[in-house]
Amino acid sequence: MKLRRCSRKPAFPWFGMDIGGTLVKLVYFEPKDITEEEELEEVENLKSIRRYLTSNTAYGKTGVRDVHLELHNLTICGRTGNLHFIRFPTAAMHRFIQMGRDKHFSSLHTTLCATGGGAYKFENDFRTMADLELLKLDELDCLIQGLLYIDSVGFNDHPECYYFENPSDTQNCIKEPCCLDNLFPMLLVNIGSGVSILAVYTKDNYKRVTGTSLGGGTFLGLCCLLTGCETFEEALEMASKGDSTNVDKLVKDIYGGDYQRFGLQGSAVASSFGHMMSKEKRDSISKEDLARATLVTITNNIGSIARMCAVNEKIERVVFVGNFLRINTVSTKLLAYAMDFWSKGQLRALFLEHEGYFGAVGAFLDLLKSADDA
Amino acid sequence: MALSSGADRGSHSMDKSITLPPDEIFRNLENAKRFAIDIGGSLTKLAYYSTVQHKVAKVRSFDHSAKETEGDPLYEISVQEEITARLHFIKFENAYIETCLDFIKDHLVNTETKVIKATGGGAHKFKDLIEKKLKLKVDKEDEMTCLIKGCNFVLKNIPHEAFVYAKHADSEFRFQNTHPDIFPYLLINIGSGVSIVKVEAEDKFERIGGSSIGGGTFWGLGALLTKTKRFDELLQLASKGQHTNVDMLVKDIYGGAYGSLGLTGDLIASSFGKSATTDKEFSKEDMAKSLLHMISNDIGQLACLYAKLHNLTRVYFGGFFIRGHPVTMHTITYSINFFTKGEVQALFLRHEGYLGAIGAFLKGAEEDNPNQYSWGENYAGSSGLMSVSPELNPVQRARSGTFDMLEMDRLERQLVNLPLLQDPTSYIPDTVDLTEDVLAREYWLYCFEEALDGVVKRAIASQKDQPKAVERAEKFRQKYRHKLQTLRHQPFAYGSLTVRSLLDTREHCLNEFNFPDPYSKIKQKENDMALKYYLKVVKSVEELSWEQRQFTLVKGLLAGNVFDWGAKAVSDVLESDPEFGFEQAKLQLQERPWLVDAYNQWIERLKGPPHKCALFFVDNSGIDIILGVFPFIRELLIRGTEVVLASNSGPALNDVTNSELQILTERIAAMDPVIHTALKEDRLALVQNGSSSPCLDLSRLDKVLATVVRERGTDLVIIEGMGRAIHTNYYAMLSCESLKLAVIKNSWLAERLGGKIFSVVFKYEVPSNIREIKS
Repeated sequence: MKLRRCSRKPAFPWFGMDIGGTLVKLVYFEPKDITEEEELEEVENLKSIRRYLTSNTAYGKTGVRDVHLELHNLTICGRTGNLHFIRFPTAAMHRFIQMGRDKHFSSLHTTLCATGGGAYKFENDFRTMADLELLKLDELDCLIQGLLYIDSVGFNDHPECYYFENPSDTQNCIKEPCCLDNLFPMLLVNIGSGVSILAVYTKDNYKRVTGTSLGGGTFLGLCCLLTGCETFEEALEMASKGDSTNVDKLVKDIYGGDYQRFGLQGSAVASSFGHMMSKEKRDSISKEDLARATLVTITNNIGSIARMCAVNEKIERVVFVGNFLRINTVSTKLLAYAMDFWSKGQLRALFLEHEGYFGAVGAFLDLLKSADDA
Repeated sequence: MALSSGADRGSHSMDKSITLPPDEIFRNLENAKRFAIDIGGSLTKLAYYSTVQHKVAKVRSFDHSAKETEGDPLYEISVQEEITARLHFIKFENAYIETCLDFIKDHLVNTETKVIKATGGGAHKFKDLIEKKLKLKVDKEDEMTCLIKGCNFVLKNIPHEAFVYAKHADSEFRFQNTHPDIFPYLLINIGSGVSIVKVEAEDKFERIGGSSIGGGTFWGLGALLTKTKRFDELLQLASKGQHTNVDMLVKDIYGGAYGSLGLTGDLIASSFGKSATTDKEFSKEDMAKSLLHMISNDIGQLACLYAKLHNLTRVYFGGFFIRGHPVTMHTITYSINFFTKGEVQALFLRHEGYLGAIGAFLKGAEEDNPNQYSWGENYAGSSGLMSVSPELNPVQRARSGTFDMLEMDRLERQLVNLPLLQDPTSYIPDTVDLTEDVLAREYWLYCFEEALDGVVKRAIASQKDQPKAVERAEKFRQKYRHKLQTLRHQPFAYGSLTVRSLLDTREHCLNEFNFPDPYSKIKQKENDMALKYYLKVVKSVEELSWEQRQFTLVKGLLAGNVFDWGAKAVSDVLESDPEFGFEQAKLQLQERPWLVDAYNQWIERLKGPPHKCALFFVDNSGIDIILGVFPFIRELLIRGTEVVLASNSGPALNDVTNSELQILTERIAAMDPVIHTALKEDRLALVQNGSSSPCLDLSRLDKVLATVVRERGTDLVIIEGMGRAIHTNYYAMLSCESLKLAVIKNSWLAERLGGKIFSVVFKYEVPSNIREIKS
């Protein structure tokens, strides 16, 4: 994708926001080419926002800047700077809006481009609480535009995209970066609180194939209920230590080995949480086991639905994105394995480093485009 | 079936020392062989084959070359023992397994049996117990193979086996027609996990996919979340919960619908999504409901993806997760509708719980080749589908202490479609579905209950000299009354409730208590009497002009049809006034124009070239067949039309049976050269229809009949009588000309059709394609 040439630059600050069911994703462009002249002209409010965002990596109790994802020296609309990636829980949305009011955001006369369901849900709150008008954007449009853009600029001179070599061999399964000459057609699986599955044929020709309500929200929700944990990080930490075979009933638990009549391996899961039908087993498992089983169940299910969609749509490349995959190598590896194994090597699972931020990036790009149109 | 009241009270403690009423549950054990058992997680299904000794009424012609005195009956009726084959399937809780095995051991006489076929997850666990108790070798069979075999068997042999579930419809169960070709289909078996099997032919099936998120996930995860141990209790919790308290909906994210994608606000965006972001306690009910939705939707989605990939539209669901539970049938149905936008319907099976046992049994009985026969569900010996609306009871019913049974009779004849059905896939025999028509249901249930005393009286009268006739008749009364009561509350118990099923149930119950043919003597007397008038009627008809003759013959056919012991109004008249004769019957008939009157078109047709061959489904004995049907077909024969008379294989009410008809035809042939010649030249043939019902199912007819119909180039089908032409087949579309005629001898039905008692239906139909050729 070519970088945009903007006839008129929109006013700073440049934001893109994606308000999801669980998380708000925010991208912020920090211009590094500010001239002295500009510096002098820059209003105090704008300066304070820039400083606040770039000098901290955590905001309030729950806001986080993913420093490792920051994109350096990006030139957009004739400006060069860094792109920052920030997230905070949707539950903190009202505090965020209050902050916008406190920092007199509305005086900056910028357009706030927002996507995700929250753009609709909180539109009125932005207006009444902070005197801000949102430019609402479709989340799937944004997702695709953002993804294609980040893929095209790369990840600080590295490829944005990666896959797993030897996915079926746990010992030799290694993450490999890759550059794809052509992403299309791709099956795009976006795993947020829920899951959307899109078939993307060109940059603006796509359809939503299906979706499932068993997503990241389900993993975290069930983990909270089952283990008493409170955060995604905590849940993943527990899952990394657990053993799901104490919770799940495997084919070999039922048939003593492989179910040869149907070519099912003994190690395949026959019934997720199947052991939990028995009281003795329920009493003997750990929270870590439960967290792991929840993670494996949700991941395998997404893999299974994605694979069926890929076959039905006759698409070989399956790209998984969304914040469910953040710091979640258990799931990425499992998805890579599931795609490879069940398709007998026909399908390849691809992942992107900026997992959950593409919607926000897409919204950000629209800000520049809208300025262009104006 | 509940156990004796004493055991019932103790059912919650799962009292193992229950006394089983042997004759009501494990029936015919003394002749049992070929056992099979399917032991699931909580229920055991036992299957065996038995031979049943039944009394049947046989008719035999006297040797007429010997002296023939006035007053001697026409033929001899004798009650003989006949051996028929029956399949028994019994379902009970695993807790009773030991008691049941003991009982079987004590009553098992047959020593040929050495092996018991076993399947199901629990077969392994109980192997030693079974071998020790029954001294039979346990032979394990593959679960999935048994399941598919069983599924094929019920789909082929039980009409109305499959149904669509609609929670909010007038009738929750919408039964499906038996499709002549059951393949290909998809079976989604939801046990602890999910298996998705594509079945293409009797022995050709493939597991094309599956999922680990199944019944075990609901149960296991549900137990963890709610501390509720039992599957049934979890379902009960779920039925009371609100999933919207736990799930994150589209509107929770968007504030409303996601319009551009057509996702409504109430759609679940993230199952359990609220428990990830809200710090509060969730109720057990709400969590169970959310879990149920999550799992049902997920299975439904996968099923749809597989159905789409393999281009299949018939998708059956089974497994313990489904097994008659209204709650899960509803959520699965909802999910399938959602994901396929109504293109695929979720289908469920009445005997889903028995599939494994049936399949295991069939595996063991391969040398008897049960698949070469047709089988029929015995309504007298089967419990039927028990279900109540999910609001009242989300689980099928309290399982404790209940024994559910299915019995199937081997039919002596192989049954096939009438080749002349316009579209066998859409053919529905029954005119009114009483499952849906509440008013009609109430009327007919009342009507059959009212008629019960008369039937009991007649049954006793037919066996005056037989032992325990009164006692047996009383048992019959209880059984049938109980069936009627069950049907009042559960009209869907045996598939769609129809007048035909009510009549058939009564016949099955009569047979059960050895009243094979309560009308045999009446039929004999009437046949005898009618024969004396045969020549007189024929002669009087011959003297008439052509036009007059045709009308008189049709009137004779209709008048003959007034004589029907099946209709209460007529049996009242006949019992009080035995002189009520043929001529008087004609006077009772409605004057033209009749209620349905296509007589003019019929006459016009008769002025054209003769039909090649007429197939006549006959009705009653006596005046009907002898003075109504015979003169009518005699005219057809003279016109040059071949005639095939199709009569019942076994007795039902006063309908003429094939064996009776053979004797009658011989006798008529002896008097009438026209009939004699026609028989000799094979222009008149007698076939049996394969049924013992007062109604007629054109999709289950004797294979021989179908062959004869095809070989003779049949171009006219005549269906006579209320049972065959009104209660059934009134709307049946045939690919050749047809004549459906009956006298409505029931005032309620007559009124409903817009007429009065003794109204005449004379329906002559020509399929449009034939009409075009003619014009």
